[in-house]
Amino acid sequence: MAPEDADQGLAQKIFYFHVPIALTAYACFGWGAYKALLLLWRKEERYDLESYVAVHQGTIFGALTLATGSIWAKASWGHWWLWSENQLVLFLVLFLFYSAYFMLRFSIEEGPRRANISAVYALFGIVLVPVSFLAIRLAENVIHPTVFTLDGPQMTGTMFFTFCVAWIAVTALAYALYRVELLGKRLDSNLRELREALTT
Amino acid sequence: MTYLADVATLARKDLRLELRARDTLPAMLLFVISTFVVFHFALPAGADEAAAQGLLWVALVFTALLGLARAWAPERESGALEGLTLAPCDRSAIWLGKSAAVFVFLTAIELVALPAFAAFFAPVDLSTVGGVLLANVGICAVGTLLAAMAAASRTRELILPLLFLPLAIPLVVGGVGASISEEAPRFLAFLGLYDAVFAILCWASFEYVVSE
Repeated sequence: MAPEDADQGLAQKIFYFHVPIALTAYACFGWGAYKALLLLWRKEERYDLESYVAVHQGTIFGALTLATGSIWAKASWGHWWLWSENQLVLFLVLFLFYSAYFMLRFSIEEGPRRANISAVYALFGIVLVPVSFLAIRLAENVIHPTVFTLDGPQMTGTMFFTFCVAWIAVTALAYALYRVELLGKRLDSNLRELREALTT
Repeated sequence: MTYLADVATLARKDLRLELRARDTLPAMLLFVISTFVVFHFALPAGADEAAAQGLLWVALVFTALLGLARAWAPERESGALEGLTLAPCDRSAIWLGKSAAVFVFLTAIELVALPAFAAFFAPVDLSTVGGVLLANVGICAVGTLLAAMAAASRTRELILPLLFLPLAIPLVVGGVGASISEEAPRFLAFLGLYDAVFAILCWASFEYVVSE
C-alpha cells in the first residue's frame, strides 16, 4: 500500500487518478492526431471515425482531468480554481479547443470534406499542446507541484508503483472505451448503409 | 516565381474588391474604436496602464475576428472557391494570398487603432508595435485557415470565434507580455515561434480544407 503523503495527507491520493487521467487524455489527443495524419496521407475513410472517437475519448478524459484537478486544488490550496496552475489552465484551453471540434464536425455535411477538415483541426490540437504549454509557462509564476523532473520521479518506490498501476488501469479503460465506441459507431454506419441499400 | 505571382494576384484581387465595395475596413475601424470607448467605461477609475494594455489586445483580437468572418465571403457568395481550387496553381497559394490580404487590412486598421489607443489610454512603445506586427502574422495565418473551415460549415460566422479563440490565446499571452513585461524580447521570440510553427502547418494543410 502506498504511504500517505507527509505534506498533503489523504488528499494526495487523488494524484493516482488525476495524473493518469491527464496523461491518458494527452494520449487520446495524440492518437486522434496520428489517425488524422493517416487519413490525410492515405485517404482511407476508416481513419476518420478512429480519429473522431479518439478525440471524443480525449475530451471526456480532459473534462475528468479538470474535475479531479479542481477537487485536488480545493483540498490542497483551498481554491476550486487557480490560474497559477499551469496544467489545469492548459487543460481548460484544450477542452475549449476540442469542444469546438465537435461543433465544427457536426455542422459540416458528412463526406470526405468533413473528414479532411476534422483531421486538419485534430492536427492543430496536437501542435497547440506544446505551444499553449509554453505560453502558459511564460505567462505566470510556477506553483504547480512538479513531481516528474529530469532527475526522475520525486516519490517513494511504493508510491511510484501505485501510480504505475493506476496509469496502466486508466489507459486500459480508455482503450476499452475507444474500442466500444468505435464498434458502436461502425455498427451504426453499417446499419445505415444497409437501410439505404434496402430502400433503394 | 510563378507561385509568388499567383499569391500576389490573389491578394491584389482581395484588396481591389475591398477598395471597390468598402465592406470590411470601415466596419473593423468603427468596431475597434467603439470597443475602446466601451473599455473606457468598463475599466474602473484609477485602473493602471497595464490593465489598459491588456484590453488593447482584446480589442485587436476581436477586431481581427470581425475581419476574418468576412474573409471568404466574396468567394462563398459567388461560389468562386470551387473555381479557384480548379485553377492551375498550388492550392496553398490561395491561402497565402488571402492571408496577405487580411494582413494588409489588419495592419491598416492598427495604423489608426494604435494612435487612438495612445490618445485614449496609455502610450504605445516600440515592443508593443513589434508584438502587434508579429501577432498579425499569426492571426492572419491561423485565422484565414479556420475561416475557410468555418465557411464550409453550416454555422459559419457563429463557429469561427469558437475555433479561433483557443488558438489565439498564445498570441494574446505573447502580445500582452511584449507590451507590459520587462522581458519583452522573450515574448517577441515566442510570437515569432508561434508564427513559424502555425504558418508552416497552415500552409501544408490548407489543401485538405478546400479539397474533397
